[in-house]
Amino acid sequence: MSFLHGLADRDRVFDFLVPQASPVDVRHGPILYLEDVSVSFDGFKAINDLNLTIDDGELRCIIGPNGAGKTTMMDIITGKTRPDTGSVWFGSRHNLLTKNEPEIARLGIGRKFQKPTVFEALSVFENLELAMATDKSLWPTLVARRNADLRNRIEEVMETVGLSALSRRQAGILSHGQKQWLEIGMLLMQRPRLLLVDEPVAGMTEQEMERTAELLKGLAGKHSVVVVEHDMGFVRSIARTVTVLHQGSVLAEGSMDKVASDPRVVEVYLGGDEEAA
Amino acid sequence: MMTSRHWLARPFSERSTLTFLAVLCGAMALVVLANLLPADHPLHVSTYTVTLLGKYLCYALLAVAVDLVWGYLGILSLGHGAFFALGGYAMGMYLMRQIGDRGVYGDPLLPDFMVFLDWDSLPWYWLGFDMPGVAFAMVLLAPGLLALVFGFLAFRSRVTGVYLSIITQALTFALMLAFFRNEMGFGGNNGLTDFKELLGFDLSADSTRLGLFIASGVALALGFLLCRAIVVSKLGRVCVAVRDAESRTRFLGYRVERYQLFVFVVSAMLAGVAGALYVPQVGIINPSEFSPLFSIEIVVWVALGGRATLYGAVIGALAVNYAKSVFTGIMPEAWLFALGALFVLVTVLLPQGIAGLLSRRRQHDDAPNNMAVKQEATP
Repeated sequence: MSFLHGLADRDRVFDFLVPQASPVDVRHGPILYLEDVSVSFDGFKAINDLNLTIDDGELRCIIGPNGAGKTTMMDIITGKTRPDTGSVWFGSRHNLLTKNEPEIARLGIGRKFQKPTVFEALSVFENLELAMATDKSLWPTLVARRNADLRNRIEEVMETVGLSALSRRQAGILSHGQKQWLEIGMLLMQRPRLLLVDEPVAGMTEQEMERTAELLKGLAGKHSVVVVEHDMGFVRSIARTVTVLHQGSVLAEGSMDKVASDPRVVEVYLGGDEEAA
Repeated sequence: MMTSRHWLARPFSERSTLTFLAVLCGAMALVVLANLLPADHPLHVSTYTVTLLGKYLCYALLAVAVDLVWGYLGILSLGHGAFFALGGYAMGMYLMRQIGDRGVYGDPLLPDFMVFLDWDSLPWYWLGFDMPGVAFAMVLLAPGLLALVFGFLAFRSRVTGVYLSIITQALTFALMLAFFRNEMGFGGNNGLTDFKELLGFDLSADSTRLGLFIASGVALALGFLLCRAIVVSKLGRVCVAVRDAESRTRFLGYRVERYQLFVFVVSAMLAGVAGALYVPQVGIINPSEFSPLFSIEIVVWVALGGRATLYGAVIGALAVNYAKSVFTGIMPEAWLFALGALFVLVTVLLPQGIAGLLSRRRQHDDAPNNMAVKQEATP
């Protein structure tokens, strides 16, 4: 009888109906694991036997000359590009090669594009609202209400990225730096485990760069952060570990000082030109 | 905050929506009253004019449907005339079956054109259309299903932008060619006509015509409210997000193609309803409604009225069609040139359309979808 009562109980959802929250398993170390990944476009090897591991909570910078495969690597992790060979694992449970873009986003991998892409016609608040980690299927979205939970979360994120005062401002009229922060805020709304950040300080003023560095350093620990960046000064100011990509594979890895003194890195990336460093 | 209410009730807390409804209801009440005045009264509005206005209201609903997908979702459909015509044909088939044995050939079952073609039985897809319930369901289902299948294929393959526009244009053109064929069983190039009555009401009676006018207005109001409810919901904001940065929306975890499909199907069904109300008022439906030119004309109405406001689409449809009625009366051959010139002028001088003029004054308290805000605020 109690079983029948249980079935008739409409307030609760049965266990087997609860979506299987599949936490990312990082007990074995890395949160992101790429092994022997290769991909070629029309014969050009964009990624060539790439091996890369990112630890949980780490802040990693990835540098490399144009065409080194940085963006392609991001595309592979987020499911936009399928590699020809190799394996890509998120924690030790999720094989990313079997998942599509939205699934990977829902697993907790957030990506910030090179060019800030926020929804220009929507306000800062609405941009963050759309990014909130919640049921994103059709009907729940149509009937969605703004509850206290959502508001608190948005307030919190606006505080983190420093946009609280601009809540109702249209995203299209924000400054370049503010758009970048809004986009990072949108990533945070998804409560990601891993953040992929593509050239966050391109086109920023010195002051904005400093704030961005603070922001990213503050995020590491709670999240794993992978930053692709050209600006050496910026990389030096935030990175503990730097990975240098060249022609689709890892050329060197280690602290900034170690990497910068590696003769191979100096040759391919800095082109022997010391000023570039 | 308006988003705390039931999603269908949200539009009622918007001032612009209430204004729109008030203006629409007021104007319709005036027309109805003026029509009921004795015929020799100076303020009398003839039933002919009432029917003409009813036709405009159907066009306005069609324009709202197009604005929903174009203005908010960024899908420029150049084939919405097809959904309009399918809804019209569903209604036309019902009206044909209602003629019964009063046709020219007096066949109790077969419509005149089938007797003329020497057919001896009703094609299977005409069965059930004598029942209003079935016919009215088909008004929604026929355009809805076409949009579902077409949209599923297009959006799944991520066909967007100008390519989608071209395919929708091809869709309506293909349907036009198909419906021109007598073997299709929809009356060929003559289409369906000679209607007698709708739900037992004589279609030539003044009272029926007035009723159809009111029904068109009510359909427009309800369609507008539904679209508004969609647009102000979170789903509406997702649509705007898809319009402005599709792949970004996908990375946020939204299944963009489902949103596109949902809104596209809703829009097609609204277009179907508009077509169904249009047919009894004009008394005929033929394949010319499928013509690509008509679909493009709808887009011109919306562009002229102002995209992404919904009420702009209504204004555009009414204004252009009124101008068309006047113009084609004076010099019919110049109409297309006038329409083209109007379109060019509006695009160049008034990118936000007529609605952009209206909202310029109150841009700060308006919805975020108003692109005029963005343009003017950018230094």
